[in-house]
Amino acid sequence: MAQADLTMDHSLERNGKHPEKWNWYHYFWYNTDHKVIGIQYLVTSFAFYLIAGVMALFMRAELYTPDSDLLDPNMYNALLTNHGTMMIFFWIVPAAIGGFGNYLVPLMIGAKDMAFPNLNAIAFWLNPPAGALLIASLFFGGAQSGWTAYPPLSLVTNNIGQSFWILSIVLVGTSSILGSVNFLITIFKLKTPNMTWDELPLFCWAMIATSILALFSTPVLAIGLVLLLFDINFGTGFFRPEMGGSVVVYQHLFWFYSHPAVYLMILPIFGIMSEIVTTHARKPIFGYKAIAYSSLAICIVGLFVWVHHMFTSGTPAWMRMFFTISTLIVAVPTGVKIFSWVATLWGGKIRFTTPLLFAVGLLAMFVFGGLSGVTLGTAPFDIHVHDTYYVVAHFHYVLFGGSVFGIYAAVYHWFPKITGRMYNETWGRIHFVLTFIGTNLTFLPMHQLGMQGMPRRIAMYDAQFEALNQICTYGSMLLGFSVLPFLINMIWCWAKGKPAGRNPWHSLTLEWQTTSPPAIENFDEEPIIWAGPYDYGIDTQSLETEATVEEMLEEVGQEVR
Amino acid sequence: MAQEKETVPSSLITLTVGLLVAGISVWYGQNNGLLPEQISKQAPLVDNLFDLMVTIGTALFLLVEGAIVFALIKFRRRKGDETDSPHIKGNFPLEVFWTAIPAFIVIGLGIYSVQLYSEMGGFDNVKKAVASNPAESIVELASASRSDINPLLLAQGNSIINRYGIGGNPDTAKTLPDLEVNVKGIQYAWLFNYPDSGITAGELHIPVNEDIKLNIEAEDVIHSFWLPQFRIKQDAIPGETTQLRFTATETGTYPVVCAELCGAYHGAMRTNIVIHTQEEYAQWVEDNKIARSPDFEQTVAATSQPVDDGEFMKPYVKDLGIDAESLKALQ
Repeated sequence: MAQADLTMDHSLERNGKHPEKWNWYHYFWYNTDHKVIGIQYLVTSFAFYLIAGVMALFMRAELYTPDSDLLDPNMYNALLTNHGTMMIFFWIVPAAIGGFGNYLVPLMIGAKDMAFPNLNAIAFWLNPPAGALLIASLFFGGAQSGWTAYPPLSLVTNNIGQSFWILSIVLVGTSSILGSVNFLITIFKLKTPNMTWDELPLFCWAMIATSILALFSTPVLAIGLVLLLFDINFGTGFFRPEMGGSVVVYQHLFWFYSHPAVYLMILPIFGIMSEIVTTHARKPIFGYKAIAYSSLAICIVGLFVWVHHMFTSGTPAWMRMFFTISTLIVAVPTGVKIFSWVATLWGGKIRFTTPLLFAVGLLAMFVFGGLSGVTLGTAPFDIHVHDTYYVVAHFHYVLFGGSVFGIYAAVYHWFPKITGRMYNETWGRIHFVLTFIGTNLTFLPMHQLGMQGMPRRIAMYDAQFEALNQICTYGSMLLGFSVLPFLINMIWCWAKGKPAGRNPWHSLTLEWQTTSPPAIENFDEEPIIWAGPYDYGIDTQSLETEATVEEMLEEVGQEVR
Repeated sequence: MAQEKETVPSSLITLTVGLLVAGISVWYGQNNGLLPEQISKQAPLVDNLFDLMVTIGTALFLLVEGAIVFALIKFRRRKGDETDSPHIKGNFPLEVFWTAIPAFIVIGLGIYSVQLYSEMGGFDNVKKAVASNPAESIVELASASRSDINPLLLAQGNSIINRYGIGGNPDTAKTLPDLEVNVKGIQYAWLFNYPDSGITAGELHIPVNEDIKLNIEAEDVIHSFWLPQFRIKQDAIPGETTQLRFTATETGTYPVVCAELCGAYHGAMRTNIVIHTQEEYAQWVEDNKIARSPDFEQTVAATSQPVDDGEFMKPYVKDLGIDAESLKALQ
């Protein structure tokens, strides 16, 4: 082993010379260190989160009254399109997969870096031009056909904005494919040799599932969008019915990616949940294998549920029924995860740190979002509420209450590791309370709005819905305000927080066993796995009863024999 | 936990909690009041499914959230306790239990959904009836037909039988619909054409308790024809005619909503469905036949401003670029 290490060090000295420690300007330029890339992803995606959040605030302000009086309706549609696009493709996906995936996966498996550091950097650097294209599209009026960009609307509305939008999404899609290849190979090839597969942290299991899903589905979206680009600019008629094309084919291509995209946005978060809940409850994860395999189950079943977005479209009855049942089946592995986390909390010694609060907030809201998801999965009911505010409510519960809460939890949890400093717990808790109340105030009333008859994506609505819409708008103001304590806390503590030390949470996963922030190649020497990633409670148990020590010794003895 | 609760047997607590949760869930499932009035025969069917899901959902919600809150309070770290919790890594029977129970629930919901969807007319049994036994069906259909629609056309594909949407259920498929209306979605209005009387209107007028079939098409972009009080919706797709078949159970005026983003004024694309008694409907047909003068433009102009939503659309009419000519072109 030592021999191998030595040769590796030599090769690194030859090929990749790097300073002892990165300077601030290293973070603003091409860099192959997975930790730098992770931070680059997190910071850029957070900027997009703020932009897209402001867009949402403008939309909620417009919806404060039934009439279209604040914004031009074309502008409103541009906002709703780009709010969705940015939140999905430029915030949740890059923050969860690009940000935490890159930062954590090599650390958690005891690797020095990703398998292909240059590919990793290239994947990140596809994002700024993609973002620039999207922002450029706004100066031409922006894409206005929703993030789904259904033709023929996308063919006839603001062609320049729509074309820029397509190019932007194809670029981030490419980035996502490159990233997925890298994650899979990194986990399969660079996992430290003495870590067995059932010692792999659950976040890495989630990243495996996520990467497989992205590899299978993203190219299909690219196909759909490139055909759309040709239809808009080069006179083809793939989706033009008057030329023999079919608009429904686009919907299939789009949703074949975009339903799995929902899991791209939540599977890494599920991984984050497993890490955080067990660390802060000081208890082993309940049902490690069930959680690991349920990620893979969600990944596989998730590839076969896309038509539930098209129950009212041009889909025959058998398709509506098949996809009703496959959609309902996804609830089972998701339920397994939720129950396992509750069981992990049960009997623990729960520390009410900010990451745990956000994780529990996620759990509470995801249960609700999951249940409303089951109702949406059944075609007979979905036909009523499809494309209404009920859907808006549902996916904000799982994407905001789920994914964004998960990202917040992760930011607080790994802040000491990433920056080497502690965040301020009081401000973190204030942030949590504001966000939790704001989320429910904003999105809970939307369920009723949808069922009562308010469709989504409208700038003007029936006056009978005014009162509930005003509650939603107040909630969104609270949500907008809730970002401030987070920002202050992060910026202030990154500069002046208390030094955190190596492992402030006494966590057992590998990333906490190195310095904070980790050295450039993560570990001075190949890490040795001396306990499973979630083996909390072994020490205390052995201290309490002697019998256990003997049993353990016996067990070890048997294993040796 | 068990040793602390020895004063009250834990089975008793479980029983009480179970009964309480069941009681609340059943009550809320029946009395959630979240859905609007039921005006079609499909509406009570859909609402039954929803109420069932609310009942199950409430029970699961209460149990899981209850467990979370209880765990947070009961298993919080006590001051000064720096130790870890007991080393419990799982419980296989428990895991099997919470995998199996949701699996049974969702499979049950799936089967119920399929059956319900058939009752709603989702399988459009008209096609099946014709396909399985053409001769008999046509005779049956012919005897049932009350107007000038040729039942033979029924077997001849897309002109009358549409591939997508809600059609005849096993009962109604045996007969022809009492009234067919051709619906066309344009940016940003619905146009209703009555083939049997030649009327074109901006509002949908139908008689109560009769079997209505809408043939829905789109002129420009995708729209979605939604009747919230009827619990049915179907996209209007360019290049493909879709359908909705339903029976209204009450008279009155209810909204027709476009549910698919169709452009800047998508939110203003609303009109009404007016359900008359048979006599009133006959009167309406008479009135509108008379009103349908050779001066076609006037009729169409009236349709672009539906009675109730006229105010709503008025500010936008200029922006929309709707004038008599563009409407004429649509006909």
